[in-house]
Amino acid sequence: MTIPFLSVRDLTVDFDTEDGVVHAVDGLSFDVEKGTTLGIVGESGSGKSVTNLAVLGLHDPAYTKISGEIVLDGRELTTAPRRELERLRGNKVAMIFQDPLTSLSPYHSVGRQISETYRRHTGASRGEARGRAVEMLRRVGIPHPVSRVDDYPHQFSGGMRQRVMIAMALVCDPDLLIADEPTTALDVTVQAQILDLLKELQEQTGTAIILITHDLGVVANAAQEVLVMYAGRAVERGTVREVLGTPRHPYTWGLLSSMPRLRSSVDVPLVPVRGTPPSLIHVPPGCPFHPRCDYQAQAGPDLCVGDRPELSPHRGHGDACYLTPAHKREIFADQIKERL
Amino acid sequence: MSDELLEMSGLTKHFPVMGGLILKRQIAKVHAVDGIDLTVRAGESVGLVGESGCGKSTTGRLAARLLEPTAGAIRYRGQDIAHATRRELKPIRSEIQMIFQDPYSSLNPRQTVGSIIRGPMEIHDIRPPGGRDARVRELLETVGLNPEHYNRFPHEFSGGQRQRVGVARALALEPKLIIADEPVSALDVSIQAQVINLLQGLQRELGIAFLFIAHDLAVVRHFSQRVAVMYLGKIVEVADRRSLYERPRHPYTHALLSAVPDADGSARERIRLAGDVPSPIQPPSGCRFRTRCWKAQDRCATDEPPLTRLDGDLDGHLTACHFPEEPTTTGHDVILDPALQT
Amino acid sequence: MSRFLLRRLLGAAVILMIISAVTFFLFFAVPRDPARFACGKICPPETLELVRHNMGIDEPVFLQYWHWLIGIFAGRDFTYGRCDAPCLGYSFVNQQPIFDAIVDRFPTTLSLTIGAAVVFLLFGIGMGMIAAARQGRPADKIASSASLIGASMQIYFVGVLATWVLVDQLQLFERPAYHELTADPVKWFSGLLIPWLVLSIIFTANYTRMTRSSMVEQLSEDYVRTARAKGMPSRTVFLRFAWRGAMGPIITIFGVDLGALLGGAIITEQTFVLHGIGELSIKAVVNQDLPMLLGVVLVAATAIVLFNIVVDAAYAFIDPRVRLS
Ligand SMILES: Nc1ncnc2c1ncn2[C@@H]1O[C@H](COP(=O)(O)OP(=O)(O)OP(=O)(O)O)[C@@H](O)[C@H]1O
Ligand SMILES: Nc1ncnc2c1ncn2[C@@H]1O[C@H](COP(=O)(O)OP(=O)(O)OP(=O)(O)O)[C@@H](O)[C@H]1O
Ligand code: SF4
Ligand SMILES: [Mg+2]
Ligand SMILES: [Mg+2]
Repeated sequence: MTIPFLSVRDLTVDFDTEDGVVHAVDGLSFDVEKGTTLGIVGESGSGKSVTNLAVLGLHDPAYTKISGEIVLDGRELTTAPRRELERLRGNKVAMIFQDPLTSLSPYHSVGRQISETYRRHTGASRGEARGRAVEMLRRVGIPHPVSRVDDYPHQFSGGMRQRVMIAMALVCDPDLLIADEPTTALDVTVQAQILDLLKELQEQTGTAIILITHDLGVVANAAQEVLVMYAGRAVERGTVREVLGTPRHPYTWGLLSSMPRLRSSVDVPLVPVRGTPPSLIHVPPGCPFHPRCDYQAQAGPDLCVGDRPELSPHRGHGDACYLTPAHKREIFADQIKERL
Repeated sequence: MSDELLEMSGLTKHFPVMGGLILKRQIAKVHAVDGIDLTVRAGESVGLVGESGCGKSTTGRLAARLLEPTAGAIRYRGQDIAHATRRELKPIRSEIQMIFQDPYSSLNPRQTVGSIIRGPMEIHDIRPPGGRDARVRELLETVGLNPEHYNRFPHEFSGGQRQRVGVARALALEPKLIIADEPVSALDVSIQAQVINLLQGLQRELGIAFLFIAHDLAVVRHFSQRVAVMYLGKIVEVADRRSLYERPRHPYTHALLSAVPDADGSARERIRLAGDVPSPIQPPSGCRFRTRCWKAQDRCATDEPPLTRLDGDLDGHLTACHFPEEPTTTGHDVILDPALQT
Repeated sequence: MSRFLLRRLLGAAVILMIISAVTFFLFFAVPRDPARFACGKICPPETLELVRHNMGIDEPVFLQYWHWLIGIFAGRDFTYGRCDAPCLGYSFVNQQPIFDAIVDRFPTTLSLTIGAAVVFLLFGIGMGMIAAARQGRPADKIASSASLIGASMQIYFVGVLATWVLVDQLQLFERPAYHELTADPVKWFSGLLIPWLVLSIIFTANYTRMTRSSMVEQLSEDYVRTARAKGMPSRTVFLRFAWRGAMGPIITIFGVDLGALLGGAIITEQTFVLHGIGELSIKAVVNQDLPMLLGVVLVAATAIVLFNIVVDAAYAFIDPRVRLS
């Protein structure tokens, strides 16, 4: 058995706040292989960003408790010293964020922001790094990179800024790229450019990508594997085909049937997930989704409010729900499929 | 036709750009909305889509007469309200209501939900039978909130619930037309679906007409019977939903549709435009889309294409393009982005 | 950049014109006759008329303002003597051109204010940065409480106390006095040390608080997170990224505070008996020496306006969005 490139096991992230302990991530496990893209989807507050900031070690240890294992290329990151993490970030693991306007420093030129990352990790000279910055800008499709390298972020449009972010993230040829909603702030035509660009660059470099999004359409187009998160846990995991084609978890059903599509019949009403997202301070016992779930009765009496359902099976297409596989198939075929 | 509720023709809004050494003066103008024609019939939902900055919100605010147009006419039930005074607008204000994108900032945090919804009734001095309080409770129920929430404050609600409060406030005056400016863009999918269903119910059961502004094409398709596509202050295509989504004629509409990532992941043609929308301060001459269009010819730079019905299209399907797409959506890839060409 | 400066200088000239005109006409709205005051207790009408003429106040107000304005550029002749350009008028109380009086006193006030500004910017920003870096830890708590106490201090009280303790009792410091910088830099420094510290105390406290909160805010900005995500060492993130953003608001407030600083300098001069502009202006008020007061106001306003341009230029230097728009 080969060891996955990134392997996260039983990750738990708790924040100490004035209102109580926020259980932002609770026992999450997933793997990412080189050259592939893992999409992480889930509603706002489900712990997508917190998970990935934990991979980079970017949480403030003063009020954050992290446990579990994060193993990158054989190295354990949760216990790694700060200096080692600093050498890793931007070098082996890079990250791009949702809003390219606020995520780039307004005080430094884009060339400087790209080249300082390169210099920090490779010790290149100023001149070399600048050349590298120009090359990166060209690779991400910025027209006239030589004359634009000294411009500041506010002189670029939204889509161009996100390209700059990507150039900065890829400047050291990272093995893992974490993209946290890289296209949410962009228009669809620009989003399509950026997603294509990421795919293109991945083919050239073999980088592993974690793509965080709340748009199942983006996942379907840009990822091979999906992880559906709810209340800080994985409720379903599998290939894009499996999870979007034959979803098994009631929450995934809810996500899919609440989403209008370009080709669905307009006469079929949307079926939203009822209720509101759970509190992460007082997480519902048992299956965290049970207060919003319509299938508890079928799962069996009191099962859903008792113990927490585990993600099973351990490999391949798995989900965390007490419904039997036969039930899931039946409900999906009879009720869910026609809503999509 | 008598069922035309709102009719905008040649509607234009330019915002001044100020500058200068000492004394500020107008040095340029933003062509936010530049001569658009659009009609909303009673009980109908018209969708308005387009990329950021193309003038959707400005159009919405003109339609509600929160802005005064630079030129053109806005007729509400036959009456031109383009330059109507505050007094003349007063009776109309209660019939046209707006819902905004941000459920967080559009509600006063220091007012209870009850008094937020009562507000419009007080301003317009409307006394419903049974009293205002009873009406507020009824409205809370209509939008799916508990009438007991009357005395709560906005921060005690989730995003979707706040958006419902906004809807209840808009309904307080029994409007004929609601202008919804990206009402679901800030919400999670499942909550978005709740709000869409709510608005759809209002349209069907109360016969309220909608001008529905959004940048999500799938949402607009779901909610609107007619859809207009805007680009840089102009309407480039408008049609019935079916006709527009299945037989788009304008290259921009085509590109827009092909850029939407679809959850079924099936292969469609890829059209990748280069760059972003140009500045509305100096829009391109002729056809405004020509700088990003793969079909553009010399003529596109000189003649502005009129918004007209093309051969083979249904009534009411209008397109502004010299070299429209064939009326089929059979695929061909068009990749204009240099970074994507290998 | 030069366009920016040109625009600001033109704007400054307009503002100064307005300030001078307003001050000028305000003084003439005061129903007192400066000539009567200058003329003495027993003053026959003819003498009064003569004094009025000599003072140039027998003319219509607008003409007086015009002459005064011209005098700034061309100089003026008074019966008491020639007043060279830039002539801000003539003090009949001091028997001296106003500009000369101000030039005499100006170095004292300038030394006092610039020195104090250096002290409070260094200490205030420094302590604020330390507090932000050690959020919630002892260093932060000490800095925060110290700034709370500092903000409630009064110059009079602290000044007297400091002199008594540090000079009279412990004999650690020189007695506050002004010596020319060019004549003896060491004496200049040691004589002004206590006034600087006393004048800067409230400002240091405020700038500590502002820097801390501004830094804390910047540290939670997305671009700072990006800097950490690309592996920048935490010290670089703190000093190169967050600091740059945090200075924007501080610089803006510094521009606004210049007026308050000058006000504080007047009180400080009184407290330590330093012969600066502050003393001059208080004497002018007491003696109803209107031309002198006018001159002081204009010079103070000019200094503030010019420093504000420097401050704005500094802002533009830090923030390219301002520079390039
Ligand atoms: N520093 C923090 N302190 C306390 N709580 C936090 C902190 N950071 C995140 N949280 C909480 O953890 C939960 C998960 O947040 P996270 O940012 O991972 O959500 P997300 O899935 O990325 O959502 P979105 O789609 O809105 O970005 C949220 O409830 C959030 O309020
Ligand atoms: N008050 C204003 N003054 C000057 N320019 C304005 C003003 N309001 C809008 N604009 C400009 O007019 C253009 C159209 O703006 P509008 O808000 O209508 O776009 P939109 O289509 O709603 O975009 P979005 O999808 O980002 O909401 C933009 O370029 C905008 O910058
Ligand atoms: S475990 Fe129970 S509550 Fe949870 S999703 Fe399955 S059926 Fe619903
Ligand atoms: Mg997030
Ligand atoms: Mg808008």
